[in-house]
Amino acid sequence: MTTISRRRTAGPERPDRRGKDLDRGPWRGTVREYDLIKELVYALVVVGLLTVGLAAVVGSPDDAPVTLQQWATTAPSDFVATATAELGGTSDTAQYGPPYNSTQGASQTLGPIDLQSLSGVRLPIDTAQDFVVGPLETLPQPPAGLAVWNAASDTQRTDWTAAYSDALSKAPDGDPAKVAAGNYGPVPGLDSALLVMAQKGALEGALDGGTAAGLDRTKTVLFLGDGTYFPGLADSQHLTGDQWGMMNETGNYPGQSWLWLFSFWYQIPPFNSLANADLVIVGIMVLLTLALMFLPFIPGLRSIPRLIPIHRLIWRDYYRRR
Amino acid sequence: MSAEQGSGSRIVSWTGRFRERSLKALPPEKLLPETQPSYVASWIYVFGMGSIAALGYVIVSGCVLALNGPAWYHVSAFGHFINSTHLWSVELFFMFMVIHLWGKFWMASWRGGRALTWITGVLAFVVSIVTAFTGYLLQTNFDSEWIAFQAKDALNAVGVGAWFNVANLGQILMWHIVLLPLAVGAVVVLHVLLVRAHGVVPPLEAAETDSQLRNLQLRDAAGTLETGEGDLS
Repeated sequence: MTTISRRRTAGPERPDRRGKDLDRGPWRGTVREYDLIKELVYALVVVGLLTVGLAAVVGSPDDAPVTLQQWATTAPSDFVATATAELGGTSDTAQYGPPYNSTQGASQTLGPIDLQSLSGVRLPIDTAQDFVVGPLETLPQPPAGLAVWNAASDTQRTDWTAAYSDALSKAPDGDPAKVAAGNYGPVPGLDSALLVMAQKGALEGALDGGTAAGLDRTKTVLFLGDGTYFPGLADSQHLTGDQWGMMNETGNYPGQSWLWLFSFWYQIPPFNSLANADLVIVGIMVLLTLALMFLPFIPGLRSIPRLIPIHRLIWRDYYRRR
Repeated sequence: MSAEQGSGSRIVSWTGRFRERSLKALPPEKLLPETQPSYVASWIYVFGMGSIAALGYVIVSGCVLALNGPAWYHVSAFGHFINSTHLWSVELFFMFMVIHLWGKFWMASWRGGRALTWITGVLAFVVSIVTAFTGYLLQTNFDSEWIAFQAKDALNAVGVGAWFNVANLGQILMWHIVLLPLAVGAVVVLHVLLVRAHGVVPPLEAAETDSQLRNLQLRDAAGTLETGEGDLS
């Protein structure tokens, strides 16, 4: 086969047609020596030096996790207010919806799309039972108020916890010791017993591990998140969602900077005030990812590299010697 | 494809056919060539290999951490150093991969039947992001604790929170050291094989009149005239 004879018989070719032929077939032009194994070895040496150097000089962060004991000791008022909300079923977790419970209207929806409910209640959590009553029942000497609580009707329990939550919010610094007198039933006693249990470091195991060492910390994390102490610590480290927290790391270390676009949507209206922001933003990111993935088939987008000639820089040596 | 072996006997086994097809698609000289087209002359080309090198360090440091458990680095200075190399090799991996991705975008490197190469590259990037995310959840420190609390909402909103429970250390550990590395490894290997099979995409607007091609064509034509082959009429 000769190139000349093929071109004569094929007739005059358009430049774009010739370009497509060149793209598709094996390269028949000049070549240069290129040692892939040497390139790999050099890359391993350079990247190795960079990795070891950065690890030795900069290191990595390791702030100790927050424990329930720490929370109960440092911010007992917040702990008691949160425990009351868990008992009364008014905490974020209690009203979260799937996969923790079946609270009506709590799932994030987009029109008729309700993916959250589709999964069902697969990690069932009854905050009163799982976060307060259950752990207290594991104590060698459970508080006497437990029997009163267990014998009461749902309405009575709701009234007690609502009244106590209201009283706590009005007390100076939310201090349980300064709450006005009222009909709170066994709630203050249960809260107080749970506080002592947490301060002694016994609550974490009762929540997620029982007597066995647990790997699943779901209940502990949710309980911590229902309060204000744990989110407050995250806020002070610029880790919350409205602080680009998704891509931040504790201290001055680089975090998951590749999540910048995901995080970006949470910073701007209308997304930062949507009740279904998570669902909407995940949907946007899925669409953008698919667009990037199938970009070769999207007219207009696939032409951007031709319209903005950055390739002229990349292949400047080739174009110079055309 | 010829189904004949060198000895003349016909290849009937699946193994033989698979070997023949594999060798046809990717012969050794194509898999590990000693030359590249003359246009492969830019620093942008090194970032693909840089990504592979960084991934190597991610895997090696991850294996050392796996041998000692996720809490080891809290109590051991050497463990903390290995954890740091894991972190920084991941950071370098993403940096190189993003530069590689942008470079390939501006080169429109999906041309000439290379769309699957582009797609596997993007897929490698996406799966790597998920893998890194699970790694951040395994730090067993304040950061991972907060990420677990914060990230659950997006996962629950799309209905996968029970199978990807970010507060369940055991579940996330399995995702991070078994399922996702398998996915990353498979996609990266496929991507590299596709790159080798299709070769490096030629420059945009390249034409057969370019000197890098014309000289060889003239030589090709001269050789044809000498041997009397070809139809120049």
